[in-house]
Amino acid sequence: MSDTTITRTVAVASARRRRRKFRPRRMLLGAAGVLTFLLIWEIASRTGIVDPTYLPPASVVLVTMVQNAALTGFWVAVGQTLTSWGLGMLLALVLALPLGIVIGLSPFLQKATRTTIEFLRPIPSVGLIPLAVLIFAVPLQQSLLIITYGAFWQIFIQVMYGVADVDTVAMNTARSFGFSWWQRVRDVVFPTMLPFLLTGVRLAAAVALILAVTAELVIGTPGLGNQIALSRNVGLYASTYALVLATGLLGLVINVGVRLLERRLLGWHQSVRGEAIV
Amino acid sequence: MKKLLIAAAYALGLPAILIFLWWLLSLGTTSIFVPKPGELVAEFFETWVGERFFSDVLPSLGRFAVGTGVAIVAGTLLGILIGLSRDLRAFTEPIFEFFRAIPPPVLIPIFGLLIGVDDNMKVVVIAAGAIWPVLLNTIEGVRATDSVQTETSRSYGIHGFSRVRYQVLPSAAPQILAGVRQALPIGIILMVISEMFFSSSGLGFSIIQFQRRFAIPEMWSGILMLGLIGIAVSVIFTFVERRILRWYYGLKDIENAS
Repeated sequence: MSDTTITRTVAVASARRRRRKFRPRRMLLGAAGVLTFLLIWEIASRTGIVDPTYLPPASVVLVTMVQNAALTGFWVAVGQTLTSWGLGMLLALVLALPLGIVIGLSPFLQKATRTTIEFLRPIPSVGLIPLAVLIFAVPLQQSLLIITYGAFWQIFIQVMYGVADVDTVAMNTARSFGFSWWQRVRDVVFPTMLPFLLTGVRLAAAVALILAVTAELVIGTPGLGNQIALSRNVGLYASTYALVLATGLLGLVINVGVRLLERRLLGWHQSVRGEAIV
Repeated sequence: MKKLLIAAAYALGLPAILIFLWWLLSLGTTSIFVPKPGELVAEFFETWVGERFFSDVLPSLGRFAVGTGVAIVAGTLLGILIGLSRDLRAFTEPIFEFFRAIPPPVLIPIFGLLIGVDDNMKVVVIAAGAIWPVLLNTIEGVRATDSVQTETSRSYGIHGFSRVRYQVLPSAAPQILAGVRQALPIGIILMVISEMFFSSSGLGFSIIQFQRRFAIPEMWSGILMLGLIGIAVSVIFTFVERRILRWYYGLKDIENAS
């Protein structure tokens, strides 16, 4: 290919990317979608198709949400939910990463642990709620057991897949250059595994939030979920809906955050170019 | 024969060691929280085989099956519809992303308000939580349909239902099933929690009851039951997926071999 062809190709590609970034039609349609949804909600409630006591109009809920944002109690609850989420994620990562690498690198361990893993993984985390309540007295610890168990498998499985994906030639090269075990893990295994790990973290982040809120709803660990249960029990239904929307927003923020982290750490990796929903 | 033995040793070795350790550790202690392995197995059969199987396990499984079934069918149909139209996709995308971000268990108190506390509510909760992975994966899969294939079917005059049946659906199937795989555990989770919340029957309800009455071995056997259901669901799914996507795995094997 001559130089001019390459320049032209690059120019066409960057023009296309610029066009892709700014899509007013798409954004307008998206906004219209949100508005339509809110409108249907408002009408359903105002006309009494759904009992307005149990489904307050969208406008009322949105106002409640804004009012909530001005309250310290709301932000304390958000902080509590985020704390158990973050601690659970951290614990899961600390446990899953070394275990995944060690087991993934050893064919023997992989074969020996397969049945145990296949047995433990599908156990629904929420089934452990009664157990957590019995073992731990502190609500946060109860939450953490459930969150960590759920998030652990997401990360662990991904790390194992990632380690299995390591190029044998690269591994053998490193070995013949006299890399120690630690150096091989750091310089060969880790970069290969990173995209897998981050996918695992993204999946685990969503699962951990679900479980954090679930534990708050069921066990009563302080946080957003507990607030939802409380406001429902005292009949503040507008507030209940507002809090549910808030958990959705929190989920979005966490999702976007993990995606940004992924982009940052994997700028060099081709997967960042074409993104698919996992 | 020797190969078979080695495979069996790998499959059963670690579980056997773990159970032995558990038995060894539970020998000396008198902790009421952890039952001995033998006790647990005996308790499992005593608790779940018999009347309780029909009064608690089957209804739970029924709600799970109906809820996830509705989620899979509705998610796939809606997903195909939305995936085929670029404008519809843009219209629904922000709303769907938001709904997916809401942790599904918070829907339980909400649907409890809207529908009331009955079986329908649980089915709706399960369907409403499990639909998102199916729906979004279907949209994505339909969108990624090969454009050359699309042009070809267009030039052969294949439209409407036939195009969906013979071109879009097969090419999106791997991703749709990836969505179903994610939807199944969500369905189980919601089944358990909705029963823990308001119910007078079901697995989730029984487990919570056992815990409140400090019937520890029974509670453990309930957790074991949930685990077994989780495993059964995942095995059945893998089997079905292998069947539906036989052509796809065949293709991948050939690609990997070359």
